[in-house]
Amino acid sequence: MPMPRDEHQPVPEEPAPLRVIGTRPPLYGAVDKVTGRAVFGADISLPGLLHGKVLRSPHAHARIVSIDTSRAESYPGVHAVVTARDLPEGAGERFERDNTLAGDKVLYVGHPIAAVAAESPHIAEEALALIDVQYEVLPPVLDVRRAMEADAPLLHEALRTWSLAGQAASPSNVAEHLQHVKGDPERGFAEADVIVERSFTTTMVHQGYIEPHASTALWHPDGSVTVWTCTQGAFPVREHLSSLLHLSMARIRVVPTEIGGGFGGKASSYVDVVAALLARKAGRPAKVVMGRDEVLKATGPTPGTFIRVRMGARRDGRIVAAEAELCYEAGAYPGSSVGSGADTIFACYDIPNARVDGYDVVVNKPRTSSYRAPGATPAVFAVEQVVDELAERLGIDPLEFRLLNCAREGTRRVSGQPYPRVGFAEVLEAARAHPHYRAPLGGPNRGRGIAFGYWGNWAGQSCCTISVNADGTVSLLSGSVDVSGALTGIAMQAAEELGLELEQVQVRVADTASIGYTDVSAGSRTTFGTGLAAIEAACDVIAQMCARAARLWGVPVETVSYDRAAFTTSLDPTKRLSFRELAAQLSATGGPVMGRGNVDGDVLRRGGAPGLHIADVELDPETGKVTVLRYTAVQDVGRAVHPGNVEGQIKGGVAQGIGWALYEGCFYGEDGQLLNPTLLDNKLPTAMDIPEVEPVIVEVPDPVHPYGVRGAGETPIVPVAGAIANALYRITERRMERLPMTPAYILERMGVI
Amino acid sequence: MDGKVRVQATINGQPVEFLCEPRQSLLECLRDVLGLTGTKEGCSDGNCGACSVLLNGRLVNSCLVLGVEVDGQEVTTVEGLAGPDGLHPLQQAFIDHAALQCGYCTPGMLLAAKALLDREPEPSEERIRQWLAGNLCRCTGYDRIVRAVQDAARRMRREADAHAEG
Amino acid sequence: MVWIPSLMRDLTGGQARVSAPGRTVAELLDALEAAYPGVRERLCPGGRLHPSLAVVVDGRRAPLGLLEMVGEESEVQFVPAVSGG
Ligand code: FES
Ligand code: FES
Repeated sequence: MPMPRDEHQPVPEEPAPLRVIGTRPPLYGAVDKVTGRAVFGADISLPGLLHGKVLRSPHAHARIVSIDTSRAESYPGVHAVVTARDLPEGAGERFERDNTLAGDKVLYVGHPIAAVAAESPHIAEEALALIDVQYEVLPPVLDVRRAMEADAPLLHEALRTWSLAGQAASPSNVAEHLQHVKGDPERGFAEADVIVERSFTTTMVHQGYIEPHASTALWHPDGSVTVWTCTQGAFPVREHLSSLLHLSMARIRVVPTEIGGGFGGKASSYVDVVAALLARKAGRPAKVVMGRDEVLKATGPTPGTFIRVRMGARRDGRIVAAEAELCYEAGAYPGSSVGSGADTIFACYDIPNARVDGYDVVVNKPRTSSYRAPGATPAVFAVEQVVDELAERLGIDPLEFRLLNCAREGTRRVSGQPYPRVGFAEVLEAARAHPHYRAPLGGPNRGRGIAFGYWGNWAGQSCCTISVNADGTVSLLSGSVDVSGALTGIAMQAAEELGLELEQVQVRVADTASIGYTDVSAGSRTTFGTGLAAIEAACDVIAQMCARAARLWGVPVETVSYDRAAFTTSLDPTKRLSFRELAAQLSATGGPVMGRGNVDGDVLRRGGAPGLHIADVELDPETGKVTVLRYTAVQDVGRAVHPGNVEGQIKGGVAQGIGWALYEGCFYGEDGQLLNPTLLDNKLPTAMDIPEVEPVIVEVPDPVHPYGVRGAGETPIVPVAGAIANALYRITERRMERLPMTPAYILERMGVI
Repeated sequence: MDGKVRVQATINGQPVEFLCEPRQSLLECLRDVLGLTGTKEGCSDGNCGACSVLLNGRLVNSCLVLGVEVDGQEVTTVEGLAGPDGLHPLQQAFIDHAALQCGYCTPGMLLAAKALLDREPEPSEERIRQWLAGNLCRCTGYDRIVRAVQDAARRMRREADAHAEG
Repeated sequence: MVWIPSLMRDLTGGQARVSAPGRTVAELLDALEAAYPGVRERLCPGGRLHPSLAVVVDGRRAPLGLLEMVGEESEVQFVPAVSGG
């Protein structure tokens, strides 16, 4: 199946049926992973390796008066101590730099200040205790709404609110205000027969990947550096190193290791620069592995939020007006996910009149990072309860109500963008037809809730190369790392395009010296975007090989075509070469063939992936404990390249959503101390907490992708908290205005405590 | 370096002798001293199970055991699961059931599951879920892990029966 | 046709949509700036598109930003740049 923009490709009359896409081969690398051979971030070992540890702020907000590292430097076994002073003068963007190693202020508990490289992690840790930092402690601000007040303590004296209305004159913790307006919200509300308004707060939540961040740096005598790191994107790490170390990109090689989960949290770089600085100063390779408490204190959680939603509908069931205010905690530096929260909040619906205001607010907590569909889960938790309430007030079945109002092709979002073809209605219809929706609940204190969510897809930039081997196999290099089986999906698309079996495609993740720039694996983009690059590289291979066949046969290249793994020419039906036969003749027909794919997937207009979830829960009215009994997740995935993998993404996303809904959260004391810095009290769901989630895949192909692929990885987390909240409402008759919905909160809402 | 202790143990069936500091955990000894990096660290405080190994057949979090404690003992890590004839039934079942995504929890899960099946060849789903509750997985949502363990249990029972008959 | 973000409608006398000539987004911005002074500074402080913004042409995100070609019937929007996790 040729690329839409690949005009030079001969188009077969009837496209061959898909052979590879849609099958369920074992994931690439699975054998290495079950035998312990896969190399993750902390598994890198080098001769002479030193171990780095990071000194972190005990205060949520303080000015650094002085740092004295002399005692640590002379401690036996210590080879280097670094602070922000070791960063080249003026290097890097200010906030990036300060978050790597604090400048004049610390802005959260856990903020890195200095680092030590020593013979062992224990010695490094002992030396940390010898670094003397004098602080002038400042009052912290931890709550997003408090931080927005005019008299709140300021984190950044120079920060002024930016918006399209211009830059504000006076300093503020509000870094940015964004707004979307569609139609005339006031007139819309005037038309409404029913109006519901509610406010919601959600707590910061950590991505909770099991592998802590780890980075190892080795400097070469020529002044170049190699960095091994577990990351969602080796190239962004390289750019980060380049800007903070003032080093040309050509002198930096970032080698991505296997990655033990990321979910957005490994899209940011935390210890790479520190490892590089330590290694350079010590003159020996250095490895920095974060401890779990460091991960929980100082790496990106997802923002805590305050969200107010107001919606109005007519008696005939049409939503006519909506309004939302979203205030997102960015953490210590600007850049929360409020933009995508604002983009997602009304994304499932066709609403003629709406206004959305979003605020990006700094607070004395770690700088937030992306987390699976960043910003969307809190927004959908809020809006789906309001939608549910409207349906209830109008006496309409909640699913029918959503179907009545769902977005369709051409519907304009609040931001004005029209939707391409997206399966909103198809997903709702599949949910309505699913037996779960009408199944009896089978007991008291049980409720069923639904919620509808959406995640728009970003495609980003990707590179792949494919080299043809003489035996007819190919070697595929991917610029994207292997997050959640993405590499298998990429290889499957290449195999499909090349007409080869998957076993004939050897796939590897490339380091930054071996392939062109590729964006971070995030935003549900990898299978789509890097898949496109693989398809393009495959098309390039085929085009080059058609030319070789033409040369062999002495026919014009336009007469040669490739279909079902064979080259033929329209001039002579007796001439036919299999891929393998031609591959064996490459060296005699002009040398090696290597195809390249370098794409900016955003040139394509693409839609995202909607999902409707159905949750059955049981509430123990005495203890407030919630058990999720049954869970169905219906999602439009465009086309499932590897259905097993897509289902795995859905199951994993729902599991994370259940944790977020019911107990996960980073809880801070008034002084800004993280109260639960271990996995014991920052509880993640266990095998006892998650029911068997049933994924229902709906395939409304994305017309811009040759195989119809949509990104699938993020949507599964989006509706979960909303669906559980709506289920709890059926039991408690109370709307849940806070996340997580802990037993104590539920009992409080019920008036029991 | 001074202050190190000599430890003799059997690791994955092989006699091994190594030097470790008294404060080093078994996890550190396996990974940093012996180069057995298949065992993973997720928390170092006993809350994630990524570091699970078998100590004399019993499931332990290797981050909570000191290296010196294994002197004279037997340790099994993920590197010791596969035999000369190939993967352990649990390893094969994890692949067949796609019971892993990132794979970081996998070594610990495999060892935890082995500890269960070695003593209870036919555990119920409930029992498997309870037993594995000390091993966190952030990627899969667990049900495929549970299915894989059930399937491996079946395969192991069949193998044991065949063995008994043959 | 350019969709004027709500927070910039003070510059266009409240108009939500205005038309402006131009073959690229940059040219279109020049024309807008001539008609509604101040538009450029809001969208492109310092001459470059604000990092929080993305250009959308005919419903798709335009990776070339200001360099993106536009047709006479094109619809241009400025929306928050959004990626993912
Ligand atoms: S590393 Fe041992 S339990 Fe987490
Ligand atoms: S597969 Fe990633 S943590 Fe279990």
